Amino acid sequence: MIIRFVLNGEETQIDCAPDRRVIDLLREDFGLTGIKEGCGSGECGTCTILVDGENRLSCLMLAVQLEGKSITTIEGLAGENRQHPLQEAFIRCGAVQCGYCSPGMILAARALLTENPEPTREQIREALSGNLCRCTGYQKIVDAVEAAARAMQKQKEKAG
Amino acid sequence: MKSFIPEIGCSIPRADGEAKVSGEEKYATDHYGDGLLWAGVRRAGIPHGRIRGLDAGQAKNLPGVIAILTGRDVPGTNRQGIVHKDQPVLCTDKIRHCGDPVALVLAEDRTVLAQALALITVDIEPLPGIFSIDDALRPDAPLVHEEHSGSNVLLAATVDKGNAEEAFSECDVILEETFTVPSVAHAFLETENGIAWQEPDGKIVLVVSTQAPFRDRFEISHALGIPMDRLRIIGPYLGGGFGGKDGATVQCLLVLAAIHAGGRRVKMWWSREESMAAGFKRHAVRMEYRLGAGSDGTLHALKCRLYYDTGAYAHLGGEVMALGMEHASGPYRIPHTLIEGWCVYTNNPVAGAMRGFGVAQVSFAFEGMMDRLAEKLRMDPLDLRMKNALQRGDKNGAGVTMTHSTGIVSCLEAVGSHPLWKGKEQWMAEAPPFKKRGVGVAAVFNAMGYGRGLPDSAIAKVELTAEGKIRVYCGVSDMGQGNATAFFQIAGGVLGQENDAIELVQPDTARTLPSGSASAGRTTYTYGNALIQAAEELRRRIIGRAALMILADTVDELELLPGRVKHLKSGREIPLNILASVMPPEDRICISQFIMPVARDGLETGKAFFIGFPHLLFSYAAHLAAVEMDELTGTLEVKAYLAATDAGRVLNPQSYEQQVHGAIAQGIGYALCEEIKLEEGRILTPDLATFIIPGAMDIPDMMSISVETCETSGPYGMKGAGEVGINGPLPAIAGALAQACGIRVKTAPLTAERILEAMVEQQTACERKPS
Ligand code: FES
Ligand code: FES
Repeated sequence: MIIRFVLNGEETQIDCAPDRRVIDLLREDFGLTGIKEGCGSGECGTCTILVDGENRLSCLMLAVQLEGKSITTIEGLAGENRQHPLQEAFIRCGAVQCGYCSPGMILAARALLTENPEPTREQIREALSGNLCRCTGYQKIVDAVEAAARAMQKQKEKAG
Repeated sequence: MKSFIPEIGCSIPRADGEAKVSGEEKYATDHYGDGLLWAGVRRAGIPHGRIRGLDAGQAKNLPGVIAILTGRDVPGTNRQGIVHKDQPVLCTDKIRHCGDPVALVLAEDRTVLAQALALITVDIEPLPGIFSIDDALRPDAPLVHEEHSGSNVLLAATVDKGNAEEAFSECDVILEETFTVPSVAHAFLETENGIAWQEPDGKIVLVVSTQAPFRDRFEISHALGIPMDRLRIIGPYLGGGFGGKDGATVQCLLVLAAIHAGGRRVKMWWSREESMAAGFKRHAVRMEYRLGAGSDGTLHALKCRLYYDTGAYAHLGGEVMALGMEHASGPYRIPHTLIEGWCVYTNNPVAGAMRGFGVAQVSFAFEGMMDRLAEKLRMDPLDLRMKNALQRGDKNGAGVTMTHSTGIVSCLEAVGSHPLWKGKEQWMAEAPPFKKRGVGVAAVFNAMGYGRGLPDSAIAKVELTAEGKIRVYCGVSDMGQGNATAFFQIAGGVLGQENDAIELVQPDTARTLPSGSASAGRTTYTYGNALIQAAEELRRRIIGRAALMILADTVDELELLPGRVKHLKSGREIPLNILASVMPPEDRICISQFIMPVARDGLETGKAFFIGFPHLLFSYAAHLAAVEMDELTGTLEVKAYLAATDAGRVLNPQSYEQQVHGAIAQGIGYALCEEIKLEEGRILTPDLATFIIPGAMDIPDMMSISVETCETSGPYGMKGAGEVGINGPLPAIAGALAQACGIRVKTAPLTAERILEAMVEQQTACERKPS
């Protein structure tokens, strides 16, 4: 079946089985291996992608659900820029250790900041509660999201 | 990012950070390739039995199935194991746990693979199983390994000092208690996986998520009968390891598959359920303690019996127990100790290394005893610990004299002077309705390195590349702990080069040199020491060769600066790329080996240990947990957490804090919720929905204080920081719970059910008491 969607800003179409898992399609056919698989059953959040800006678990999605959607993966998050403020903050604040959860965390945080540009630490923790991290203890991830939120606010003020 | 010289002591951003946040970093899981085949394992699903037959006929006929292999197709000894080679790559006759592999399938894709695996039928004659330590030790117990000395005891050992039996008669107080801790999973997010292929010249390449690439090569060679020079193991950054990737997981299976894949790449990637069933676990342990002290709280005698359930295969069971026994008496001065241990085979999943290797378990027990003693003597728990804390020159419980940095007292002082400790009474008094609050402390330690019996060695290799850059060949894996960044800093610091002029090569048996496993808090210490030597040699060489070009009559006038060597007197400079172009390749590479020092005493005990006992160097920590317990539900919440750590000098404060935070978070999971539940060897918690690890809501903001002793034998004074932190949370939280409501739980984890149950018991006991 032909499926048309926007992938990291580009119109894309692909001929594939409608029941192919989105995570496999993106990792194997598009080479977007920044999307990780930690459980395959919706429990860890490492496979997070943005679907029309909302965070979704690509291990639970089938290819057919991509039709007409706009998909952002970690590879496309920065767009034209070298780094998204969240990526920059994750490095600077020490939110990355093994890094296997980082792409999913960053995208989940991106979805949060779109909805709520000035979240409290509690709200950040809540928004990331579907994304497991076994290395960091989360504190520096929360620090990074706070820092990125501030940086993005500043950017906006400058632009505005 | 602006260029900078990565210096020691600074929180430089991780060398691997950028590639990881952009999704570019290629973990083992991220390697595919044209014509890729998938390999998978048919597992026994039965805990103990004998294989009567295996029918793969239907599976073989499935279009897309390339090969189905059994134990008969394994060319070598078909035995793996780090110390005892008792674990088959593919079982031929006996099944010892549910996760045992009986057939290996290669298929064109994952769908066919799954179908083929389901179509294989294995006829197993069930045998009576051994599912607990007591089962294993029964005199008439069926044997998990018939060939093993007529019992299920993998290893029995004694560690003693003085005369504990007699010394109890000199004690004013004697306390006894039995503690148990369950098996838990590492739950790294990247499950066990790899990819392998055979090159046209017959060599086999394996890219694998591993903590020990050089040992893997040895294991594969032995088990499959392939000469080591025909094997190349590449170990990229790991998506977590924590000990669970220290040993053979997919390695031998994948290489076996590659031999049958006609040069095509073969990928194996365990599902979360497979990782739970077949991956290594932390040992479940029962700990029977008897502690005697004077009325002033001076510890005098300790006797304990430790029972480790090592599961179906030896793996690192004996070594894990050795460390547990070595630490069983805590970071304390106790003149008389008698510690006995039994590490037993069962038909449970295979246990092995996990952060706090055998020590996380006993920390619960020895600190539980300290809390009970403090209560009995009405002493302040911190004062009691301080009074008995090891100091340099003391002998520890295993009889080793502490001749190196011993910072436990400083750690305890840091906790004692912290507002969380000083203000604890008030904080507890302010508990909201239906909540009870408590504050607990724990003093813990953790040995570094392999201990006696094998050299804890690393071989560093550093190159001035033809382009004039610095390349460090890391022979030891980075599973997320940040050692690669430390190496980056060491090279940057010694050679004075900027970040973009330094490259790191991750472990690769064809390019890097054997440097042991990423484990035992040894990684940065051992490789770092080797790297300092190699980098200093390279620095001398660069300057020496530049002197020839600049015609300087003494090297003292030359300095190595970013990208160039400068003759300070004349101001003349030689760019490093020009210098490199006149140096032959072998002249541009420096190699140096470092071997960790070992204990010189304590050798008259623990004779049963083949390797891994005793140790010389230890990191220390004092932890404080402030908890709130819900009286209605029994739920325990950690509200604040403080760790004061002595891991020597800190090379990178941010990496250091990452290790402390991560260890605390895992320790909180161990304390509150993590437990592999088993029924007759079958896992009842097969996934992350049932094996619960802490999420972002479960871990409070943590405070970390570094007391920074100077470990003179370490690179720039450092010691390992990765392990010690996981030993504190369980005892500190258990102590806090007791402070909150008087309940002393002796079985981990401290789940709401257990706490409620204990509260009911406490209540009935009170009601029964005649008034
Ligand atoms: S891989 Fe999708 S939630 Fe774990
Ligand atoms: S950094 Fe390793 S899982 Fe989050």
